[in-house]
Amino acid sequence: MRRTLLVTGLAAASLSLLAACAEKPSEADGTVAVKAADSSCKVSATQLKAGPTTFAVTNAGSKVTEFYVYAEGDRIMGEVENIGPGLSRDLVVDLPKGDYQGACKPGMVGDGIRQDLTVSGKAAKELSDSAELKAAAASYQRYVESQTGALIDKTTEFVDAVKAGEVDEAKALFPRARTYWERIEPVAEIFGDLDPITDGREPDAKAEGRDFTGWHRIEKQLWVAGNTDGMDPYADQLLANVTKVVQESKEKPLTALQLAQGSKGLLDEVATGKITGEEDEFSHTDLWDFKANIEGSQAAIAALRPVLEKADPDLVTLIDQRFKALDTELDQYQDADTGEWAGYDTLSKEQVKRLSDSVAALSEPISKVAAVVAASA
Amino acid sequence: MSERSPLSRRALLGAAGAGAVVAGVAGGYAVGATRDEPVRADPEAVPVAFEGRHQAGILTPAQDRLHFVVLDVTTQSRDELVGLLKEWTQAARKLTQGNEVGVYGAVAGAPEAPPEDTGEALGLPASGLTLTIGFGPSLFERDGRARFGLGDARPADLTDLPLFSGDRLDPSLTGGDVAIQACANDPQVAVHAIRNLVRIAFGRASVRYSQLGFGRTSSTSAAQATARNLFGFKDGTANVKSEDRDVDDVVWVQEGDGPDWMVGGSYLVARRIDMRIETWDREPLAGQEAIVGRAKGSGGPLSGGDEHAAIDLTKRGSDGQPLIPVTSHVAKAHPDNNGGARILRRGYNFVNGTDGLGQLAAGLFFISYQRSPDQFVRIQRNLAGPTNDALNEYLVHRSSGLFACPPGVGPRGFWGETLLG
Repeated sequence: MRRTLLVTGLAAASLSLLAACAEKPSEADGTVAVKAADSSCKVSATQLKAGPTTFAVTNAGSKVTEFYVYAEGDRIMGEVENIGPGLSRDLVVDLPKGDYQGACKPGMVGDGIRQDLTVSGKAAKELSDSAELKAAAASYQRYVESQTGALIDKTTEFVDAVKAGEVDEAKALFPRARTYWERIEPVAEIFGDLDPITDGREPDAKAEGRDFTGWHRIEKQLWVAGNTDGMDPYADQLLANVTKVVQESKEKPLTALQLAQGSKGLLDEVATGKITGEEDEFSHTDLWDFKANIEGSQAAIAALRPVLEKADPDLVTLIDQRFKALDTELDQYQDADTGEWAGYDTLSKEQVKRLSDSVAALSEPISKVAAVVAASA
Repeated sequence: MSERSPLSRRALLGAAGAGAVVAGVAGGYAVGATRDEPVRADPEAVPVAFEGRHQAGILTPAQDRLHFVVLDVTTQSRDELVGLLKEWTQAARKLTQGNEVGVYGAVAGAPEAPPEDTGEALGLPASGLTLTIGFGPSLFERDGRARFGLGDARPADLTDLPLFSGDRLDPSLTGGDVAIQACANDPQVAVHAIRNLVRIAFGRASVRYSQLGFGRTSSTSAAQATARNLFGFKDGTANVKSEDRDVDDVVWVQEGDGPDWMVGGSYLVARRIDMRIETWDREPLAGQEAIVGRAKGSGGPLSGGDEHAAIDLTKRGSDGQPLIPVTSHVAKAHPDNNGGARILRRGYNFVNGTDGLGQLAAGLFFISYQRSPDQFVRIQRNLAGPTNDALNEYLVHRSSGLFACPPGVGPRGFWGETLLG
């Protein structure tokens, strides 16, 4: 499978073939070959010219990988997700003059193997406040698109496994597919009628007198009954609804203010659903969702970063610091090799308390972002 | 952003009640008061001065309600700790005077921003709110390592209290880095204060536990009637009172007692004591009185006289036994039996609902202030254990904390300035 992700508004990306891997990183002319292995991330050039660059990413390793291009503060300029072993994908990013980092994430875990990239030439245009907000919204939309691509792929795999009666495979795919859903949850929640039937919980379905459907209906069957009996219609419906959310997200991108509210909303999700272990009550895979919510919040803040840096740099420093502290607290529960998260039921009360403290510490400054964004408009 | 004027809780109250802005008028005036016609202040509503040589909330006549919180400091940075104490002090100054926290308070801020003040005390007077802070041993040193450069500043007396016979301490309710006692005559005002202080602390300190209390169980002033505990008895009649001549010696740390930063401060002991309510209620009246050593109705000692009559531990009845049984609470807690040790009690009743078996989850949130922790230890050693104080059969000590409360703050000072300034 080979797919090109258009991550900028460019009319046409130059779909050049893989450039030969140069021995020494040199100045690139439009295309950079990225060879991602399990313990290395080789780029064919580290000195780039301002303008659109195609990163041709090949996964030469044995784990599923991702490739990111970060600006300062891990602001995502572009990313490709979910590149299986032996597969290649292109990523086109329009980079103005500045310092960046490319990062391969074998196993889709951690900060990734990073490579500094320097872009020379035309500087980014000074943007007016309103243009800056638009740029933030566009930047987040690129993130949403990268996530939705992987969301559809993984949900399809999950649904196929459920329909084939492959219980173990379906259980393994359940938290992995949900990761992409949870990262962009604010997007899903905007489509109010789709969220409850896709990600709703059993007591609410009962109370509202509707059939219990979606992710958690299948989760219950997999973990409680240990089979996939009768799940075909739920699986089909899940994929149809996820696809609908993805389509709508493309038609109605979030505004910068919605983005700011979303960054807080994701943390609220963690505080009310994940910390309590209510989200994945049958599988106890809450920490997967927990991390995904945090990543989604981080992506939203990263997109807003230029706006926030200008209006309230102290707030940005505090948010960075608290994201880091939370990551340190959280990442100890992830297996660095497999990327799997500990079952939520294995955490002690003290461990949950520390996570809860870290989330609360981050949520306070994040709750101030929306007002800063609103004042910048 | 448009200019917004900070609005005080009382200004809002005045504006709503009388259509006249009465900002700047001292608290405690009834709604509708104007500058010319001050209504007689409701003593329950007036603010208590925050500044002073000593912290308020110790000798202050005990208010009716308590919200007590114990926090652990989560930051490693001394600067952040000092920053937190300064922000807390700033908020405490406003809260105790009946004002909202922050520049814009509860409703005057940007609509997109969460309000700085949580708002549930809007329209309520200061209600005698006092906020009192204390520092636990673990703030200075934890697991053998000094914290915040405070290793040498810890008073020798400030260590975890010894384990007393009969203690059944829950570790999550014991110890802690910082304690804040909020007392007020309106529970909502006390809760509002703690809630807002905790909110300010997120990321720097985390709540270990908190406790609500009602019905002060001690009087700290001779002007106050003695209150009853949940056993139905007047409690702490013999307590030290602010009017007593020796109150300074009993309560306040003096020069030469220890580190200078504690001079003018006091040691706070906080212990949650669960009461076995249902079994107590089945005890006959005479039995209850013998256990306590006082008459249930009048509060007078069993040796005779009214509530405030001197306790005579030697007076015997016709059967030759002391009228006040030697194992009674009054006898065991009496200074004569504790090498003269006295303390200032300032506890509250609590009911945390029921225990799942339908029994009241209730008791006494014991608070005492003393010049040295040893005063408490001597008394409690004498009381503790099933063979000592007969009351122990009905009590379970669940939590224990000792905190060093620094002296009061001046107009530009902050909580703990003598320690960290």
